[in-house]
Amino acid sequence: MNDDTKSKETTLSFEKIKQDVLRPMQNHRGLELWIVFLITVISVGAWAYYVQLRDGLGVTGMRDYVSWGLYIANFVFFVAVSLVGMLISSILGLLKVDWIAPISRIAEIIAVAFVAVAGLVIVLDMGRPDRVLNVMIHGRFQSPILWDVTVITTYLVISALLLILPMIPDLAICKKEIKTAPPMLKKLYAILSFGYTNTPEQHKHLHKMIRTLMVLIVPVGLAIHTVTSWLFAATLRNGWDTTIFGPYFVAGAFVAGSAALIIAMYFFRVNYKLQDYITELHFDKMGKLMVAVCLVYLYFNVNEFLVPGYKMKSGDSVHLKELFFGSWAIMFWSSQLLGNILPIILMVNKRFRMPKPIMIISIFVLASAWFKRYVIVIPTMLHPHLPIQNVPDNYQHYFPSSVEITVTVLSFALALLIITVLAKIFPVVPICEIADQKGIDYKIEE
Amino acid sequence: MTQKTSDKSRRNFLKSFGVTVGAAGVVSSFSLLSAAKAAAKEPGETVNLLTADGQLVQVDKNQLRPTVNEPLDELQQRGREGIAGKSFVMVIDLSKCRNARKCMSACQNHHQLRADQHHINVLQMQDADHTAPYFMPKPCQHCDNPPCTKVCPVDATFKRQDGIVLIDNERCIGCRFCIAACPYSARIFQWTEPKDAEKYKDLTYNIEANVPQKKGTVSKCLFSADRLREDKLPSCVSACPNGVYYFGDRNEDAVTNGTSGETVRFSKLIEENAGYTLMEELGTKPRVYYLPPKNRAFEFNGDLLNEENLH
Ligand code: SF4
Ligand code: SF4
Repeated sequence: MNDDTKSKETTLSFEKIKQDVLRPMQNHRGLELWIVFLITVISVGAWAYYVQLRDGLGVTGMRDYVSWGLYIANFVFFVAVSLVGMLISSILGLLKVDWIAPISRIAEIIAVAFVAVAGLVIVLDMGRPDRVLNVMIHGRFQSPILWDVTVITTYLVISALLLILPMIPDLAICKKEIKTAPPMLKKLYAILSFGYTNTPEQHKHLHKMIRTLMVLIVPVGLAIHTVTSWLFAATLRNGWDTTIFGPYFVAGAFVAGSAALIIAMYFFRVNYKLQDYITELHFDKMGKLMVAVCLVYLYFNVNEFLVPGYKMKSGDSVHLKELFFGSWAIMFWSSQLLGNILPIILMVNKRFRMPKPIMIISIFVLASAWFKRYVIVIPTMLHPHLPIQNVPDNYQHYFPSSVEITVTVLSFALALLIITVLAKIFPVVPICEIADQKGIDYKIEE
Repeated sequence: MTQKTSDKSRRNFLKSFGVTVGAAGVVSSFSLLSAAKAAAKEPGETVNLLTADGQLVQVDKNQLRPTVNEPLDELQQRGREGIAGKSFVMVIDLSKCRNARKCMSACQNHHQLRADQHHINVLQMQDADHTAPYFMPKPCQHCDNPPCTKVCPVDATFKRQDGIVLIDNERCIGCRFCIAACPYSARIFQWTEPKDAEKYKDLTYNIEANVPQKKGTVSKCLFSADRLREDKLPSCVSACPNGVYYFGDRNEDAVTNGTSGETVRFSKLIEENAGYTLMEELGTKPRVYYLPPKNRAFEFNGDLLNEENLH
């Protein structure tokens, strides 16, 4: 990847924006190869999952004590990342922060992909996925799982709408401009553009709808991650039995989601040659946003670990000692340092908010965020109230099996595939919104 | 033809023993298949059976079928309702437990578990530094405020009127939320095909014993709800050689010792021995009561309790 940061601000015309955004959608170079690669990875993952279905969850590293493992940690991570959609396009959108315009669609694409895969990951973790419909047939609303299913589905639907609705004007352009699109895709553009021609009335209606959805998704977004945290906080286990899990998870999700967005921004900027749209300014702003959310997250981390660490109640003490100095120390401290403290220190500095450095920092932040979820889920399961005795040795430790890791890789490949396909068929940067913002006049013909 | 005769003679031989037999003491009872059906089948593997009066005999597997008389629906329904008017409790006298582990094996036999799967687990405990170690059998506590049933998304684990917490492995989706929620680590999961799955696959599912066990579902102690229905004590209670267990009905204020058969007042037993419940600070309201490990007439012989074994 070579980031051509030197491209200077050119004067933009509607024609140019259109060309710049639509060009990468028609240019296939390397894309097929990438998709074939992802599909191969997914096929291998699917085979691993088949093995798991056939032989039972015993092919994973999970056992009676660590009965939630890699899959659940990964599920939490996926839900966390998906929250970026709500942070960028809704919270900032509602606050009328206008620099987000060129990146809000990327945020929404990430949200849709990650929340959809999160829903799948939870099914992959089930012992009896053939009975998944029992959740509808015998659903019991007292269970946080039901809440999670409800809010995740809602979030997926609203996020998809928040992806599509603001895109209607752009799709009307695609319908007309992308001549080489296969007939299926043309049909999709025709359907999803709803005959939009940018009359003032249509414009008004559309924006009203989008605003309503932006308001709606805020509580739903908060709910998905809060409820996900309650899957843990609703139990009586050391390390999970705390009252701040909701906001703690939400803050962490903003960190993970921002990091994912920055990585995606960098990728599209370079590969789609969108330097004129996703500019240094956007990385700079995202860097500042990330410092802000990291600080909030740090604050919650201090509360989450310092307070019980100060008291050292008997149950907590075993758990915390393992995290602070024991076998989990490396993972715990590196996720705190690389995923939180160092990024703050670095990114208050303007130099590190340039596209490339911030992208690299974001990779560390995202990886740390993943490991942080792992540290939240697994050690607690290893520290139950009563001693672990009279069970085989492998019940006392946990390390994910190769099947488990392969299935987890599948989830990432699938999310990337969804993002790739969405970015292939839809313009990743909103054409009309940018034109609106720059005060460029344009017409959308029938 | 000779085949048939031999089948018949074997059958008659078994009949003379009184027909109902338990499969080498392993599981629920079996009875002979109707003559016509058995005759039609090829002779297959033979199994060793223990007859009611203690004789070991060899029988063709084809001739056996489980004696579950009730259809699944009825078993499920009565299993969910429970036994009206009862309120089952267990008392475990820690001063008597010598780690004989007869409860564990009886339980594993009853519920078709492998030797490393525990509905009841005898733990070596030491509450704090310098306090005396002791053995503590730990079944499901059948909590009256059960964290496990609260979180189940499909009502597959539930509490019934007589206080017993059961699992319906015909409904369980294997999310393992209940395992995460149980503070007593009382639940296990069938990570792979359960023990002897092939052998028991045609057995009608009995929710009160949670057998046959199923891959991908949860299991745990059920207070032997199927035996309670027949007025028997739970398997573990009956199997203990050391008089550790009492089991009975709180409504009647009576509990019976599984070893001596002696029935005593529940309230008096608890009062006189300072009975307590496990981790009562969690608010789970267990139905299993413990009597403290005092005045023990034997040495604690656990493989001494090093740090890793304990918290
Ligand atoms: S001991 Fe555990 S499994 Fe048993 S009722 Fe209580 S919470 Fe549920
Ligand atoms: S594992 Fe089964 S019994 Fe336990 S909570 Fe999930 S569905 Fe309910």
